[in-house]
Amino acid sequence: MKAIYGLYVDGQAAQQAVNRLRAAGFADREITVLSPQPMENHDFGQRDKATWMWWIACGGGLVGMATAFGLAWLTETSWPMNVGGLPIFAWWPNLIIIFELTMLGAILATVATLVVSADLGRRSRLYDPEVSDGKILVGVENPPDGALRELETALGAIPEAQVKKI
Amino acid sequence: MHTSWRFYLLVAVFGGIVLTAFVAWMSQAYLGYGVTGIRWPVYWGFYITSFVFWIGISHAGTLISAILRLVNAGWRRPVTRCAEVITVFALMIGAMFPIIHLGRPWLAFWLIPYPSERMIWPNLRSPLVWDFFAINTYLTGSVLFLFLPMIPDFAVVRDKSTGLRHRTYRMLALGWRGTPKQWHRLETAMQIMAIAIIPVAVSVHTIVSFDFSMAPVPMWQTTIFGPYFVAGAIFSGIAALLIAMAVLRRFLHLEAYLHPVHFENLGKLLLMMALLWGYFVFNERLVTYYGNEPAEMAVFWRTQRESFAPLYWTMVVCNFVLPLVLMGIRRFRTITGCVIASFGVVIGMWLERFLIIVPSLGHKYLPYSFGIYRPQPVEIIIAGATFAAMVLMYVLFAKVVPIISIWELKAGEHIPAALIPPATEEHPLGELHP
Repeated sequence: MKAIYGLYVDGQAAQQAVNRLRAAGFADREITVLSPQPMENHDFGQRDKATWMWWIACGGGLVGMATAFGLAWLTETSWPMNVGGLPIFAWWPNLIIIFELTMLGAILATVATLVVSADLGRRSRLYDPEVSDGKILVGVENPPDGALRELETALGAIPEAQVKKI
Repeated sequence: MHTSWRFYLLVAVFGGIVLTAFVAWMSQAYLGYGVTGIRWPVYWGFYITSFVFWIGISHAGTLISAILRLVNAGWRRPVTRCAEVITVFALMIGAMFPIIHLGRPWLAFWLIPYPSERMIWPNLRSPLVWDFFAINTYLTGSVLFLFLPMIPDFAVVRDKSTGLRHRTYRMLALGWRGTPKQWHRLETAMQIMAIAIIPVAVSVHTIVSFDFSMAPVPMWQTTIFGPYFVAGAIFSGIAALLIAMAVLRRFLHLEAYLHPVHFENLGKLLLMMALLWGYFVFNERLVTYYGNEPAEMAVFWRTQRESFAPLYWTMVVCNFVLPLVLMGIRRFRTITGCVIASFGVVIGMWLERFLIIVPSLGHKYLPYSFGIYRPQPVEIIIAGATFAAMVLMYVLFAKVVPIISIWELKAGEHIPAALIPPATEEHPLGELHP
């Protein structure tokens, strides 16, 4: 992988860099932004906000609910046992198991969605450890050879910018 | 990074206590349950007391943290991780007790619903099986709720470490880079988890209360037990959190992060829970008193006037009088005041669990089932050592993981005024930098 990027001291400078890259003809999906904390007060921090995570969590909950219902039905009818005069399949006590597995399903679906949709576990992407020191990285991965000079100018035009190539 | 000899000494001392308890448990398994004081009719003693107590303490973290996250309380930022860790470790300790309590602990797996040879399944209509499902759901949720916001902090440590430490944190950081997409997904996930974990936390202690209220035992079969147990759990959880925060502040020198305002806010919560606890106890006692059912009144007077009265009134002082005075009067609502009140609450809540269990079991409906309970050394060692286990796990955790969320603090520093909802206006994050 080759890349060119700039490191900026604050969100405002990073936003300027993003704007310059856009002006140079790069689409948002081509621009990489890495920050040490959420930057929702800047335009670039609003990218990729839409998510199906809520719906997937609900789906996971439904799967958990169906599993609990199936488990309760299967286990109670496969060995019918009278407990204190309760029906063999009694709704009131089973609701507790159904509730717990519903929530467990929603939680597990949420975490699975996070791992997949946030690209966790993927390697060899543009990164600089200085992001951990508070810097904000703005760059382009695998830029076209002819655009390198233009990119360097755009990224370096912001005061205190530190431009790097890999 | 230099590690002080005090750390090793602390680990050695508390590790030694935990090891002693493990040997005591092994001896109980080898020699048989007769070495304990648990015998007919009091089958639940120190072990189930400790089980209920630790499950209660676990409500410190995830529940409080989830509520504070949902209302976007800015002052939560340095507090949440300290709290969430308590939940995970307290649940681990609490969940051990039903196994310790077994005469044949190697058969604990019978609680797991798996297709056995004769298709005999756990009875899903039993409160003990509900416990299994509820505690495991809460533990899974709490571990994930703790782990997810640690991922960006693992990335920070990954970038600042070398060698084996670097490789370990790189693995834990799951390739975190900090793209806007990752931040959005993480925050959405935390919101969903917070919403899901609150009813689960409430259900866990309600279900623990069902272990009692589903049984025909004097003073157990009452509808108030669910909310009474949940309130007590949150109460003891806040107390544990205050103690943990004060210790961390003192020994890890976190004065810059854990401010007096954090203690004062949690102190107010402790006061509110003390009042709520008092309200529930009053309700429970008054209804029993008016019911005037002989077996229930016998237990009632045993706790208030007779053999258990010293423990009962100590509980009332620790859980109600002490927090009311120390947290109610503003000049006492200092860090020291919070710690004293919290120690009182922790002691009082352990006594409360004990007083719910033992006096009732020792004095049921007919005289043939009257009996006494004398805890034996093995029970005292195991129950006492769980406190050492908690300290040990907490110390080890604080050694390897940033105990205060780095990215959440940074996010608090950069939050624009327009994004601060009204709920947090009273304590904006500027307080972190007086």
